[in-house]
Amino acid sequence: MSKRTDSNSYTMIFAVIMVLVVGSLLAFFASSLKPNIDENKRIEKQQNILYAMGINENDESSANFVSTDIAGTEFVKYIKKQLIIQGNKISEDDTAFLIDVKKEQTAAKAGNERRLPLFIGEKEGKVFYVAPIRGKGLWDAIWGYVAMDENMIVRGAYFDHKGETPGLGANITQRYFMDDFIGEHLMSASGDFKGITVAKGNNDPKNEEKTDYEVDAIAGATITGDGVSAMIKKDLALYVPYFKSLKK
Amino acid sequence: MGLLSKKDAVLLSDPLADNNPITIQVLGICSALAITAELKASIVMAVSVLFVLGLGNVVISLMRNIIPSKIRIIVQLIVVATLVIIVDLVLKAFAYELSKTLSVFVGLIITNCIIMGRFEAFALGNGPWRSFLDGIGNAVGYGVILIAVGFFRELLGSGTLLGFKVLGDSIEKTGLYALGYENNGFMLLSPMALIVVGIIIWIQRSRNTSLIEEN
Repeated sequence: MSKRTDSNSYTMIFAVIMVLVVGSLLAFFASSLKPNIDENKRIEKQQNILYAMGINENDESSANFVSTDIAGTEFVKYIKKQLIIQGNKISEDDTAFLIDVKKEQTAAKAGNERRLPLFIGEKEGKVFYVAPIRGKGLWDAIWGYVAMDENMIVRGAYFDHKGETPGLGANITQRYFMDDFIGEHLMSASGDFKGITVAKGNNDPKNEEKTDYEVDAIAGATITGDGVSAMIKKDLALYVPYFKSLKK
Repeated sequence: MGLLSKKDAVLLSDPLADNNPITIQVLGICSALAITAELKASIVMAVSVLFVLGLGNVVISLMRNIIPSKIRIIVQLIVVATLVIIVDLVLKAFAYELSKTLSVFVGLIITNCIIMGRFEAFALGNGPWRSFLDGIGNAVGYGVILIAVGFFRELLGSGTLLGFKVLGDSIEKTGLYALGYENNGFMLLSPMALIVVGIIIWIQRSRNTSLIEEN
């Protein structure tokens, strides 16, 4: 190898050119693919909400969304109303779909009143109230959609994550975990909000007890499970006043 | 292997056995421990590394005469990171489902020491074709061990393979579970991956005693 490449000036120039080339290459890819990626994310969100309502193509053991081609039309067909709840104000607003839960959580920390989106769907004569939740797992963000009836009994749930450990925490997206939530109560009969805890050793692996406010945890995924419990407790508690107002 | 000269064929076959990156060089252990709790993740990781190492080795080999030696590690890191991010972006735009499975691995691929190790040890001193073969050979050697570890950990830890319940249902007590068999939850934790890799190393060295170092 020639000595030419050892000089300081060569090294500097090489570094600058490399950064420029790599930077523009990545910027080019990121900006030219952004519309496609955004569209994919929008469809995914519709699929997530529909999944929580039980509109999916699940086979015996795996979780499958409705196909991307029909997600848009199915969403319009089943979701009857989109609400934005802000304090005592409840407004019907189709932009609820565009609310970014992450931004709202940050805004709430800064002291602003958080806007809570709620999707009201109808399927086979039953009403589904679908709320988004978001929290922290072990490595990165976790989030989900919980469909409830008017008594805050869970009718379906969908969870997802950004970077949980495959085979352990990442299994919150598996049927055996998500299906455990179906039928669980979030509120006690007297109207106290209890949430649902992802519990180790709750002696109910078949999940027959629906009013224990617990589901069975995943082995080796304690922190992700705790994250799921925390986001359910924290984010769904905000909807309690709305559900109480339904009964008046 | 009519296509390859004897010297080139060794580049492919050597990392599979006597110079395996995991069991002999003990590289790439971090990802071998982290993601082998299930077989599917092992396979995804093996394929990703195959792609990145094959391509990255060629890129580094083409650039080998112009890379300043003082900052070569940083240059290598940038090449891997760029490749991985571009692949991730393209998948996100055109194969969203697949990209969701892969996104977790992006960080793990960039920091995989096998990739840096091969860039540094081979691609910097050899031509593109030989570097490509070396990359493929090492990635396959890595993948084989990953898949073997993933196979045993998923089978013994969860009683499933690729998500299929091959041993029966542990909650309904069917199949093997009816006889009182239980899954070993310890298999799912990282320490057990290290023990499985250790057992593979043990078997390999007892079959080929020339691998044992003299003290």
